[in-house]
Amino acid sequence: MDPALAHRARAPRRWALCLAGTLAAVVPLAASGPAGASGGSVALVAYSTPKPAYAALISAFAQTAAGQGVTFAQSYGPSGTQATAVANGLPADVVNFSLSPDMNKLVKAGLVSPSWAAGPNKGFVTNSIVSFVVRPGNPKHIKTWSDLVRSGVTVITPNPFSSGSAKWNLMAAYGAQLSQGKSKVAATAYLGQLLKHTAAQPTSASTALQAFLSGQGDVLLDYEDDALYAVHKGEPVQIVTPPQTILIQNPIAVSTKPVSPTAAKAFLAFLLSPKGQTIWGQQGYRPVLAPVAKQFHFPKPKTLFTIDSLGGWTKVNAVFFNPQTGVVAKLEQGLGVPTASS
Amino acid sequence: MVEAVVGREPRPGETGLARASRALGNVAGPAAAVTYLSLLVLLPMAALVAKAFSGGFGSFWRAVSSPESVAALRLSVECSFAVAVFNSIAGLVIAWVLVRDEFRGKKLVNAVIDLPFALPTVVAGLTLLALYGPNSPFGLNVADTKVAILFALAFVTLPFTVRAVQPVLAELDREVEESAASLGASGTGVLRRILLPSLAPAMLAGAGLAFARAVGEFGSVVIISGNLPFKTEVASSWIYSLSQSDELSSAAAVSVVLVLIALGVLVGIGLLRRRFDVPESV
Amino acid sequence: MRSRWRWPLRVAALGYVALLVVVPFGFVFYRAFQHGFAVAWDAVTTPDALHALWLTVLVALIAVPADTVFGVGVALLLARRRFPGAWLLDALIDVPLALSPVVVGLSLVLVYGKSGWFGNWLAAHGIEIIFSVPGIVMACAAVALPYVVREVLPVLQELGTDQEQAAETLGAGPFTIFRRVTLPSISHALAYGVTLTTARVLGEFGAVVIVSGAVAGRTQTMTLFIADSIENLNPVGAYAGSVILALLALGVLAGLSRNRPEERRQRWPSRSEPSPSDSELPLLSTTSP
Repeated sequence: MDPALAHRARAPRRWALCLAGTLAAVVPLAASGPAGASGGSVALVAYSTPKPAYAALISAFAQTAAGQGVTFAQSYGPSGTQATAVANGLPADVVNFSLSPDMNKLVKAGLVSPSWAAGPNKGFVTNSIVSFVVRPGNPKHIKTWSDLVRSGVTVITPNPFSSGSAKWNLMAAYGAQLSQGKSKVAATAYLGQLLKHTAAQPTSASTALQAFLSGQGDVLLDYEDDALYAVHKGEPVQIVTPPQTILIQNPIAVSTKPVSPTAAKAFLAFLLSPKGQTIWGQQGYRPVLAPVAKQFHFPKPKTLFTIDSLGGWTKVNAVFFNPQTGVVAKLEQGLGVPTASS
Repeated sequence: MVEAVVGREPRPGETGLARASRALGNVAGPAAAVTYLSLLVLLPMAALVAKAFSGGFGSFWRAVSSPESVAALRLSVECSFAVAVFNSIAGLVIAWVLVRDEFRGKKLVNAVIDLPFALPTVVAGLTLLALYGPNSPFGLNVADTKVAILFALAFVTLPFTVRAVQPVLAELDREVEESAASLGASGTGVLRRILLPSLAPAMLAGAGLAFARAVGEFGSVVIISGNLPFKTEVASSWIYSLSQSDELSSAAAVSVVLVLIALGVLVGIGLLRRRFDVPESV
Repeated sequence: MRSRWRWPLRVAALGYVALLVVVPFGFVFYRAFQHGFAVAWDAVTTPDALHALWLTVLVALIAVPADTVFGVGVALLLARRRFPGAWLLDALIDVPLALSPVVVGLSLVLVYGKSGWFGNWLAAHGIEIIFSVPGIVMACAAVALPYVVREVLPVLQELGTDQEQAAETLGAGPFTIFRRVTLPSISHALAYGVTLTTARVLGEFGAVVIVSGAVAGRTQTMTLFIADSIENLNPVGAYAGSVILALLALGVLAGLSRNRPEERRQRWPSRSEPSPSDSELPLLSTTSP
């Protein structure tokens, strides 16, 4: 036996014994893998925000006839990373992302049917809007998009090249200008102003929220459902609904080859059913089913537009968010101070 | 592995089995090491390089020379270099105190040096932000500045620079220092002529590791630095953005450049270290 | 000389360590137990949390010994033999450090993923690497690869081969030489290397995010669980989880330090007799060398 290993085998026995004890205590708990027995199994891969909502939805689903005995494997993470993971082979039966291009990645990979958006809900399971998140009491009186570029106001928004949420934020800002009758040139200039007032561009929406909570910035641009969750968790924040904002639509689909097709389709149907949509509403997401949406009193912005009115994601991504040649990249370059100085 | 220690000639009285196992070790050891390295490092690196050039050299160059790439690379290299140098000196001082000094609580201090490694980078980032950001209990707010980057990088590289020097310092034969002192050498003389040459290779090794880790560091830096493009966005964050924007080959390209820079520094350090090698008959 | 510098050095060293390490960790402990021990305990004993802990320990139990054996072997190779390309091998070992962890993960996927270089071969043989435990082990082993080498190599170079050659001429076989001469002399360095490796493996996040798929209860490590806790505005879970990781790392260091004094007595008696300064042991053990 290799002398090095032999020597290490004589390492403190007590320490090894403690470790073995810990493992022995923990392993039985770890053996709770999915059996896929009676009801089937569903592998859910989603973006990170709806995890608490899915906790409620899955336990409600288990109470229904179709949901009896269905086991779930859940994975949450940044929307783009999750889509890439599924394309690279992460098992997924139901996928839910924060914006459509991530779903299109899977269509291209042949993992989601091209007709995913064909249903009455156009493939979306929830809506939300871009909101302003401010300190309690709104000390800087931030109400409109023009307030964001007032002198002395600093904004937090995630980096648009690493975060889908940031893309929604910036397009909300851009679209808000257009809907007030400004020209495209003026709207682009506004985006430049907004970026100038940005104190930090964290890599994801959740880090942006953390940055805001630790004192950075006067206003955070965020999904309304994320902000509502923060309020629900007792964080010291207040939500202000901008007068013009974009409708965030989150796509969902069943993959082309689910392990248990009946269970997967039943789960999707549940999520879109009145019961499921009610739970989504309680969790802070705007339901897509109109009758259910009416029961909740989400704030109504004066103007609500969709990404389609701005050209759709494919065009917007190419024009605005190409990291080398996009409008946003050029704006940032124009603003940037060369880092040669200290 | 054992073969590396002894030579190839048969020993008097050595059994055939021992000799055979020595011969086996002569080949198996390096082969196993290279296989391990290949599976974990070399193959993935090759795939990365292939991806970087998958659009041809033109697209590689475009990705690497874009203004944001250049700004990010420059920032990373400058900050990492500064931190490597500073932490080498700090590491030496700390290792010195841990090895040569005695005080209550020394064992605790020694034990905590490695902790920055065990902390997931996201928690490290949030902790640093809470302590040295807008809500700092000490009134020390460095968030969204370059100093924040230096802070975070110093945090994650400190274990290297201390632990690189500490074992060497502990193994040093004190006799040489003591006899030099008794022969009249001054404190700084002993330091310069006896200690530093012995410690320099280890310090350089630690600095090299610190530099390499610092250029690649992501999670703990982005949160407190503010991640502002062209101002406080480090290379690893820009690479992440590229990968999330479906520009995988651009991301690979900038990564490759970053690795080449780090490798250049490390090879340079390796050459410097050779100058301090005790000439051994190997 | 020493008495004049002792206090300034001590203050500088301890001040720096306090600012950079002790205060942040104090903060982590504070946030973990802010609402009491029971709340913290509950946060880290959910089924998902326990599974994450088990998975993390499992990964460490494989990745750390693998990196250690590799590390000692390569250090011996580089220290005792000259061969063409040694400088290249030396430099390549540090490559994983310079790669941001996310890139390490992506490069592993490029090789072992479904559409990677070995994707088809692996699928044909039913071997799952990416999105399964082996992938996590490989990612963690890759990012922590250099530490044992970098700790042990300078010590081997500093010490030279005198004692090993002496032992050899006295008739000791290679195993004996390694066990009784080489190993004791690198024991400090090895302990530090193993501790650094363990700490790094425990704390690895970026690469694991990419290669694991983050399936709760299956491929979610402690670091992923912690990030998840932050995401869901559950800071106690995140900080308490971090405390566990820190305690594991400390435990490894403590366990390794305790072992060393006995070995040191087996050294060939070539050094001077223990002098008062030799009794200063830098580590956690209480006996003198």
